[in-house]
Amino acid sequence: MANHAQAEAAHHDHDDHPHGLRRWLFSTNHKDIGTLYLILSLAGGLVGALLSMGMRAELMEPGMQIFGNPEMFNVFVTAHGLIMVFFAVMPATMGAFGNWMVPLMIGAPDMAFPRMNNISFWLLAMAFVLLVTSLFMPGAPGSTGAGAGWTIYAPLSTSGTPGVAVDFAILALHLGGASSILGAINFITTILNMRAPGMTLHKMPLFAWSILVTAFLLLLSLPVLAGAITMLLTDRNFGTAFFDSKHGGDPVLWQHLFWFFGHPEVYIMILPGFGMVSQIISTFSKKPVFGYLGMAYAMVAIGVIGFVVWAHHMYAAGLDVNTQAYFVFATMVIAVPTGVKIFSWIATMWGGSIQFKTPMVWALGFIFLFTVGGVTGVMLANAGVDRSFHDTYYVVAHFHYVLSLGAVFSLFAGWYYWSPKMYGYMYSEFIGKLHFWMMFIGANLAFFPQHFLGLAGMPRRYADYPDAFAGWNFVSSLGAYLAFAGFLVFFIGVIVQFSRKEKAAANPWGPGATTLEWTLPSPPPFHTFDTLPRIK
Amino acid sequence: MGMLHRALMVLAALVGLSASGPAFADMGQASPWQIKFQDAATPIMEQITHFHNYVTIIIVAITLFVLALMIYVMVRFNEKSNPEPSRTSHNTLLEVAWTVIPIFILVAIAIPSFRLLFAQYDFPKADVTITATGSQWYWTYDYPDEGISFDSIMVPEANLKPGQPRLLTVDNELVVPVGANVVVGLKSNDVIHDWAVPSFGVKLDAVPGRLQQTWFRAEHEGWFYGQCSELCGRNHAFMPIAVHVVSQDEYDAWVASKKSAAIDAKGKVASARD
Repeated sequence: MANHAQAEAAHHDHDDHPHGLRRWLFSTNHKDIGTLYLILSLAGGLVGALLSMGMRAELMEPGMQIFGNPEMFNVFVTAHGLIMVFFAVMPATMGAFGNWMVPLMIGAPDMAFPRMNNISFWLLAMAFVLLVTSLFMPGAPGSTGAGAGWTIYAPLSTSGTPGVAVDFAILALHLGGASSILGAINFITTILNMRAPGMTLHKMPLFAWSILVTAFLLLLSLPVLAGAITMLLTDRNFGTAFFDSKHGGDPVLWQHLFWFFGHPEVYIMILPGFGMVSQIISTFSKKPVFGYLGMAYAMVAIGVIGFVVWAHHMYAAGLDVNTQAYFVFATMVIAVPTGVKIFSWIATMWGGSIQFKTPMVWALGFIFLFTVGGVTGVMLANAGVDRSFHDTYYVVAHFHYVLSLGAVFSLFAGWYYWSPKMYGYMYSEFIGKLHFWMMFIGANLAFFPQHFLGLAGMPRRYADYPDAFAGWNFVSSLGAYLAFAGFLVFFIGVIVQFSRKEKAAANPWGPGATTLEWTLPSPPPFHTFDTLPRIK
Repeated sequence: MGMLHRALMVLAALVGLSASGPAFADMGQASPWQIKFQDAATPIMEQITHFHNYVTIIIVAITLFVLALMIYVMVRFNEKSNPEPSRTSHNTLLEVAWTVIPIFILVAIAIPSFRLLFAQYDFPKADVTITATGSQWYWTYDYPDEGISFDSIMVPEANLKPGQPRLLTVDNELVVPVGANVVVGLKSNDVIHDWAVPSFGVKLDAVPGRLQQTWFRAEHEGWFYGQCSELCGRNHAFMPIAVHVVSQDEYDAWVASKKSAAIDAKGKVASARD
């Protein structure tokens, strides 16, 4: 009887390794779904980066060169923002690394709801198709695509854009949002219920902590976005007037709803990066993370405060002065837990034995660039000076330092750190570092001068600008081209990695790598932790 | 302008940012390679500039401090110079210090920040009241006390006179007297626009269905330019704001001429009806 059951189990086990279309289309395996997310994120990142190349080419010199119709430039700006946020960064942080690594790091056999995991991915893939389709649908009179910015402010996104492009974008966000909510539920359940015996929350690796906090942010903020864009949809198509002042609505309501989602969203993009950088810094310093509990609860604090600061995006909207004063105060508070993280990373390295492997170089780049983006955030928190900076390139520089140089650098760090584990092949150190230096120099050259442009008063989302802004725009475009070339070097590195097939050891990083994924072979078998590990 | 020439300009600017002495144009607009705010023309913008300089010193110091720490650990604690890593993972005093010290720094920023914010909303008694109404893609200015109203539309590049800046010049600019408290009411006819003049330290959305107010007191005569600062559709980049600050006498003369022009226009309409 026992033999029979065992044989059946073995048979079942064998049966559970599908191939071809069944493996990838109907996948319920967290590793395969993670890989699918990774591919989607690379596709999204490439499209988003190409759009930014179009923008930088237009802005390289004053006058209109590339875009015949300035509305098309607005469409590029909008699509670049939406794609980078929803289809490049989020699928990479939560989707790819979260799915791949959270079960491995907490010693769980898979995610709690494997089928829900599958639909999370395919909803997002369909959302991406809808969003790209929206580029070719009628938008504002005489042009295609949604050009109201990623913030889709009403009434530019309602009466200002009569074509269906905005409806496509709204539905894309609905699907993407549903995907993220399902994913968030999955992560929360997995992390709270499926940790290996002995792994208390306070022993859980910081990357899993970062995903847990991010999942709560998604769960609480995305329903607000879903509600808001539903109101936008009914305003556009069914005669409601939530945001239409002619019939008693208020466009500023949209901004409150959007930013109630939008501000947590920026932490959704950066928190998993914090988690990855913590793992990497600790691994390559060969030291445990300094101030582990402080690090974990700093992320919780950032997540909580992140929900009560939204209107700092709206200082120019005409909020009354006391409201602005509150949001100044609340926003500045976030600097404290953020500072704790920066200093704890440095303290982790202090006394360590640092090995400058590619992932570590990216993580170091992350810490410095995130600091630069963080301190300009402290500047912008002050409503009084934001009077000058609101909607200028200073803001563009700020959020690209925290996202394009912060979140994206953490993603590349994560790739070089974990890809030998995920696929069993070592990357090329030379290409990895070449990729780093090209992107580091390129992105700084692209975004640092934008602080100057913002100071001088250049508004953002402009297809053409007064001639005085030509110089720094030229520099910025050159930097953007260099960063894009660096991105292409990344793809070359991936091809080299997969074609020269240099086998990666189970733990290529030595004694500093102490989390559970390094106890598994590289690549890990299709099913891991059939027997749960015990944590002392 | 050739690619090479421009590249040389970049090089020149990078070699000596301040030394190359970018030819600062008049007040009221940006100049090539500018790396700071436009010169302040109002007391509020002076305060904003001071506050910005103060906070910039703090944040640059913090950034350099972090950079210095990073360089130190990279040099001192790399695997060559420190092959045996320590196992230290706690230091309560240090952790308390890097939580509490930033709080003091933030308080030091917050106090002048609130002073600046409340100064911006300390509306003086208006000497001149104006309404600016945003439409896709131009501004309409009303002087309700004088009965003056006109549209302000960007002059296309082909029609610019020598010396007029591209994308900033309008057909009818806003005219205000120097040293007067000007209260600007903002309205919109269609989507959200934003009325901003960098050298005045003024920026406020024009939101459909709302009447919002801001104010400025220009203390220098001259031309001051701004641009729409909230994405408003196709020609968002092409609805500039131009303010001509003149002496009280010139302002009075301008008001009189506008009024008589308005009466003339009405007269023409009346005679055309007959």
